Amino acid sequence: MAELWTGYMLPTVIIVAQIIAIVVPLLFSVAYLTYAERKVLAGMQLRKGPNVVGPFGLLQPMADGIKLLFKETVIPSGANKVVFIAAPVVTFLLGLIGWAVIPFDDGMVLADINVGILYLFAVSSLGVYGVIMAGWASNSKYAFLGALRSAAQMVSYEISIGFVIVTVLLCVGSLNLTEIVRAQKDLWFAVPLLPMFVVFFVSGLAETNRTPFDLPEAEAELVAGFNVEYSSMPFALFYLGEYANMILMSAMTTILFLGGWLPPIDVAPFNWIPGPIWFAAKIAMVLFVFLWVRATFPRYRYDQLMRLGWKVFLPLSLFWVFLTAGVLVATGWVPK
Amino acid sequence: MAFLNHGVRTVFLVELLKGMALTFSYMFRRKVTLNYPHEKGPLSPRFRGEHVLRRYPNGEERCIACKLCEAICPAQAITIEAEPRADGSRRTTRFDIDMTKCIYCGLCEESCPVDAIVEGPNYEFATETREELLYNKEKLLANGDRWESAIAADLAADAPYR
Repeated sequence: MAELWTGYMLPTVIIVAQIIAIVVPLLFSVAYLTYAERKVLAGMQLRKGPNVVGPFGLLQPMADGIKLLFKETVIPSGANKVVFIAAPVVTFLLGLIGWAVIPFDDGMVLADINVGILYLFAVSSLGVYGVIMAGWASNSKYAFLGALRSAAQMVSYEISIGFVIVTVLLCVGSLNLTEIVRAQKDLWFAVPLLPMFVVFFVSGLAETNRTPFDLPEAEAELVAGFNVEYSSMPFALFYLGEYANMILMSAMTTILFLGGWLPPIDVAPFNWIPGPIWFAAKIAMVLFVFLWVRATFPRYRYDQLMRLGWKVFLPLSLFWVFLTAGVLVATGWVPK
Repeated sequence: MAFLNHGVRTVFLVELLKGMALTFSYMFRRKVTLNYPHEKGPLSPRFRGEHVLRRYPNGEERCIACKLCEAICPAQAITIEAEPRADGSRRTTRFDIDMTKCIYCGLCEESCPVDAIVEGPNYEFATETREELLYNKEKLLANGDRWESAIAADLAADAPYR
């Protein structure tokens, strides 16, 4: 009995506790990311944003959540019910499971697997399934067109993301996310690999269907894109999934280019602040740029989107993979 | 040289960064939001809101049942019935305005020879039922009593331009 406890039960309890410790703050930040988005957009458009519910409108996300919870879940009669319900669940779950491998501090990670970055890449690639399933199962033209666009867009930009990741891996010599952050002890990769950082960030915008690449939900032409037919909690799950994906993408940017939990300079006032706080601050900064970009740029046209992905980012990232590899070999800096 | 200049600007995303700097600077400008139910925007004296029927200072209603407003109303929202009163003066027995038909064009107040029907400054008269928007004479006269001071001020302010 004791063996059962120490061998199976206790580790399970610990893992569940760790998962809760990650997911609850994550959902909280998702809720407040929607609030931050509305506030930042409002600020940049000379508005005030939500300021009625609670002090400074801070309870607005809760009010939105409660409102959605009490709405009726409408399932269109032509819809494929199982897939229709599964799609938002898939989107939401994929937004969460990526966090399993994210290191919040040195050694502070749920699953310290050696192929962490591949896992993250796979999870973010799977995100397209939720969208495709939603578009297909809705049995609606708008939803279907939105899903098609989304699939093409996500697949196109994943390729350049892949090459950017390869560039970083060349400099690190490991697929482990903790190792990737440790390799940036002296210099964040955002500095030597600045073009790749920009390519990664822009591809991240496309990957999470954010403006200026939010064609899947271009309201002017597709009403709302793949989630037109959704209401109530399934809709809320899409929303949560989208924002969780944004946070995940920011975390990836932080880990790959902005030195994860490391302070900007390793001197006295900076390294007193614990790693997770640096990590969160960097994610928040990247997220702010996500929102800032949304407030600034108009939506891309579809052919422009494809041109940027295939004719600009793909050659550019490929060139940088070769350049980085060449420089590393020529100077003998190849990591062991 | 122009080609080179253009190329450099494209590669370093100069225009995009300029745009982002602009939006960022807007974050620190004065907000233009009005906290609506608590703060309200200014209204022109010519503002055409909810209708009222006015009275003379001695309490006598102004309307003489000439039916010009009923005739001119392009939405045919006004219905008037009239007959002589006991003292021999001509007055309306019925003065209805269907606020759901009204298009707030202001022709009724323009046509009125005695300034009886006026579109006042009130725009907050939403109701929970449709029936409440079918105004009768009592409702319109009550509106007139309620908004008289504001309407008198507006008419006086607009008088020099008429």
